[in-house]
Amino acid sequence: MSPLLEVNELQIAFGGVKAVNGLSFSADAGEIVSVIGPNGAGKTSAFNCITGFYKPVSGTVTLDGADITGKRPAVIAATGVTRTFQNLRLFPDLTVLDNVRGGMHLYGGQNFVDALFHTPRYRRSERAYTDEAHRWLDFVGYKGGRGIPVRNLAYGQQRQVEMARAMARKAKLVLLDEPGAGLNHSEKRDLLELCRKIRDLGAAVVLIEHDMGVVMEVSERVVVMNFGREIADGTPDEVKRNPAVIEAYLGKEDEPGPDEAGPGGPERGES
Amino acid sequence: MSENSENVDASRAPRRIGKPASRVSRLFESRQLGWAAFAIAVLFPFVLASNYAMSIGTTAVIFILLASGLNIVVGYCGLLDLGYIAFMAVGAYTSGIISKAWELPILFTIPAVLLMCILAGLIIGGPTLRLRSDYLAIVTLGFGEIIRLTANNLAITGGPSGIYGIPGVSLFGLDLSGPVPYYYFCVVVVALMVLGSARLGKSRLGRAWRFVREDEDAAEAMGIHTYKVKLAAYIFGAIWGGIGGVLFASHLSAISPQSFVFLQSALVLMAVVLGGMGNTRGVVVGAVVISLLPEFLRDMGNLRYVIFGVVLVAVMVLRPQGFWPSRAYEPDLPPAVNDDAGGGPDAPVTTAKGGTP
Repeated sequence: MSPLLEVNELQIAFGGVKAVNGLSFSADAGEIVSVIGPNGAGKTSAFNCITGFYKPVSGTVTLDGADITGKRPAVIAATGVTRTFQNLRLFPDLTVLDNVRGGMHLYGGQNFVDALFHTPRYRRSERAYTDEAHRWLDFVGYKGGRGIPVRNLAYGQQRQVEMARAMARKAKLVLLDEPGAGLNHSEKRDLLELCRKIRDLGAAVVLIEHDMGVVMEVSERVVVMNFGREIADGTPDEVKRNPAVIEAYLGKEDEPGPDEAGPGGPERGES
Repeated sequence: MSENSENVDASRAPRRIGKPASRVSRLFESRQLGWAAFAIAVLFPFVLASNYAMSIGTTAVIFILLASGLNIVVGYCGLLDLGYIAFMAVGAYTSGIISKAWELPILFTIPAVLLMCILAGLIIGGPTLRLRSDYLAIVTLGFGEIIRLTANNLAITGGPSGIYGIPGVSLFGLDLSGPVPYYYFCVVVVALMVLGSARLGKSRLGRAWRFVREDEDAAEAMGIHTYKVKLAAYIFGAIWGGIGGVLFASHLSAISPQSFVFLQSALVLMAVVLGGMGNTRGVVVGAVVISLLPEFLRDMGNLRYVIFGVVLVAVMVLRPQGFWPSRAYEPDLPPAVNDDAGGGPDAPVTTAKGGTP
């Protein structure tokens, strides 16, 4: 059986810059795969390409055997992909519950006629939406107010809400773009726990992360990117010993200082 | 106390926009308010039933309908439409032409009006909704003018002099074309349409509109086909506008291109912005103010538009979010309260443990 997500020779270029240049990797259901690499290695570009926000120049992305290359983001999402964004992309003026309901749009259950006449179908589906939203907020361990606009929440809580919204999609493939950025140590602990919980639901989790502590602890497999393509792919231990990885992170000679401060926020990585 | 402090902090501290309902805001959000507004509209002719007052009242009520329709496009979906009056023109001309040509009662033209409005929504929205914000505004402005100029130059629309002798409304043999009956007819129709737009706003589709308004990319990533959703907003806006056009045509019994100039689009938009984008109640208040204020200022002669303008500027400076903005708040019901289960994730029952220490 082929893996759930298969990325094959993916390429994207912006002008002359090849942000992703022949990336290939795969992720299986029930697996946590981390994508790491120095800044500008093309990790987020690759995510945007998989989710349809960028159109790849060449290469293919297949999900569950279906080709989703270059399709519209909404179409790709409908085939079973969900994601979070590097810099939180919530619906700031809407309530926490409404934000999570955002992930449930594809559940359907009512149309505009139901809404206009408040049919039993409408009431039932609204009720189900609300229940589900509460359930997913519980799932991510969210403890704040739920009827208030997310704009008013603390950063860590906003991260949780985004996670709940992404999970409410009930997708087969969960792409997390630096979910740990800006979180403190204990919040990162919770994040690790959450990633495992998501995996245990049977989804494939692919995450971009700069914090090596998180990466090494949670991932079953690590894909290391540099200059737009993968330079290593294996278990955390294999990757740690891979000379190409060490070179990418530390330079050829023994120059000091791993350059891994992410653009997303303060990093407390222990590499 | 110290173990509680985190909870208190999480639920209380950051509530600024979304305060829990005070007595005043609960009053403002009560369901009876719609009935109260309806009652005021119904009682108005008992206070003042001159032909002039009825005409002003009918105009105001139609204006409410237009504002609630534009609210779908601008308020819910965040698409700045500067040519909204074009849809009203499509509705007015369609019903005017058909009812004159085949001598049909005006209500029989409504299916054709709906069809034309949907078509107009598709034609105008189809190419423009791929654009974002500023560009969209410019293009809608252009389309608004195109519709008006087309009406001005075609023979079937009567050219610059327009169409005369559009029949009044009769229902089941009952003649409703007199000032008072027609006013009541409009009140009922508009009340239903306003209720409809409010209900749409609280549905799955309405939420999708808001998601698009808040963050198009995030909405798209959640599987919302933003183009279709925006087109739906446009079409609903067009239908509301078109019905407004039918009421308008039947009210004045004559329409001409001068009725559909840019100023009208701007006034409807003003009602939406002034009242509070996205909140039906606010928009209704905005529409009433915009349509009635110039009448109250009629004694001032030419000065009245100056005063009107000053009032608008003052309101926008002092209250940029509008008289009555939509307030993002809903009750914090814990899931235990609603006990019927859906197919949720596995056992996230651990509300007691975990979380931030």
